[in-house]
Amino acid sequence: MAALCLAAVPALAGVLPEDRVDALYHRYQGGGITVQGPSILVQKRIGDHFAVNANYYQDMISSASIDVLLSASPYKETRTQKSVGAQYLHGKTTYSAGFINSVEPDYKANTAYYSVSQDMFGDLTTVTLSYSRGWDQIYRDIKSNGVLSNDPTFHQRADHRVYGLSISQILTRNLVGTLNYQFSSDQGYLASPYREIRYIDPNNPVGYTLAPQIYPGTRTMDAFSGSLKYYLPYRAALTGQYRFFTDSWGIVAHTLKLDYVQPLRHHWTLDGSIRYYRQGAASFYSDLFPYANYSNYMARDRELAAFHSITFGLEASYAFSIPRLTWIQKSTATLSFDRMMITYLDYRDALYSKFDPGAIKAGAEPIYSLDANVYQAYVSLWF
Amino acid sequence: MRTSVFRWLTRLRTAILAAALLTSACACSPIQPWVKPYEREHLADLIMGLDRNPVSSTYLDHVFETREGARGATGAVGGGCGCN
Repeated sequence: MAALCLAAVPALAGVLPEDRVDALYHRYQGGGITVQGPSILVQKRIGDHFAVNANYYQDMISSASIDVLLSASPYKETRTQKSVGAQYLHGKTTYSAGFINSVEPDYKANTAYYSVSQDMFGDLTTVTLSYSRGWDQIYRDIKSNGVLSNDPTFHQRADHRVYGLSISQILTRNLVGTLNYQFSSDQGYLASPYREIRYIDPNNPVGYTLAPQIYPGTRTMDAFSGSLKYYLPYRAALTGQYRFFTDSWGIVAHTLKLDYVQPLRHHWTLDGSIRYYRQGAASFYSDLFPYANYSNYMARDRELAAFHSITFGLEASYAFSIPRLTWIQKSTATLSFDRMMITYLDYRDALYSKFDPGAIKAGAEPIYSLDANVYQAYVSLWF
Repeated sequence: MRTSVFRWLTRLRTAILAAALLTSACACSPIQPWVKPYEREHLADLIMGLDRNPVSSTYLDHVFETREGARGATGAVGGGCGCN
């Protein structure tokens, strides 16, 4: 039951996206979850001023995660996302708009987005303003006679608004910098209907009792980021990025990423990256509440816990030609692997006390950690 | 104490005045690009693309966003999140 995905905004005005097709297969594996599926992206210019794009994306999910094992049962489902977008170039201004639709059995989401990019100061600076609006419908699946179906008594909504400002600046003949600011606001049902909190209950043999999460109905978020991309003298590129995030739920997060791209002769391009992320917990998060109805808002979602993670990424791309298809100007085949290691600071593996309450008491379980592998294989054709 | 506050205010006013003069100077004379179009060969190299592989970067953004509390400011438009 994943999320609605993203649509890239052109980073530079005055230039339309290239004509290209990307066919990708992705696979995420970790923490008892496997998510895999295809993604196909097509970008095509029409004349000198107009371009369109379309994306078909699918997640085939098989989940027996720690959350599922604690308070639900393993499941399989498919999420399908379709998006279309268009860009119009007028002078030094690029207008972009698009629509994204995501459907899974218990979550339907629609998002519309719009952005304007303007080149200025001798095309050294590009300023982009963007806005998106999302409308989600949330359902809850229940198993009846062995068949999963929507609970007729549960239907919630959530709305999202995102405002963005981005400045891209050519600093020297070898250096480009970008600054991004994004303000987001969510309203409606923002919790997961499946996950639950737990509170200390001496009368329960496992030492705790599960109860529904209670989230605030609103959330506002501020994210600032900056990056520098430098062309090294021997034809390689080094990128450094930093992002600061804070929200009305008390989460403060920092993201650091370094990326290095090295072409090898004519055919190969290698890419290595390291990403560090850390966040503090939401103000209403607790792994184990002291008693029932402890506060107005209560959550035990891992995404709201305090944790830090490191992700190492490697990518190899091979450029090749297809002799008989002369309309294809360039083609590449790429393999990518990312290793993600998450260490939670205040989220415990409650399965220990659930399955062996005599040995380990609630609140004394080992801290949970998650290692995941992300694989991507894709072919890109420029025409 | 009063003297140090006065000095600090004087410096602040000087800074504001300098910024205003600089801004007005910029408004009167157009900024000349300090990196000429013919000097952007390196910047036009494919390895310097801000988003070289959009289908891949969009997917990875999605992977991180569903597992982290933070989102946004990645140069992409986001949408609602089920994350159940």
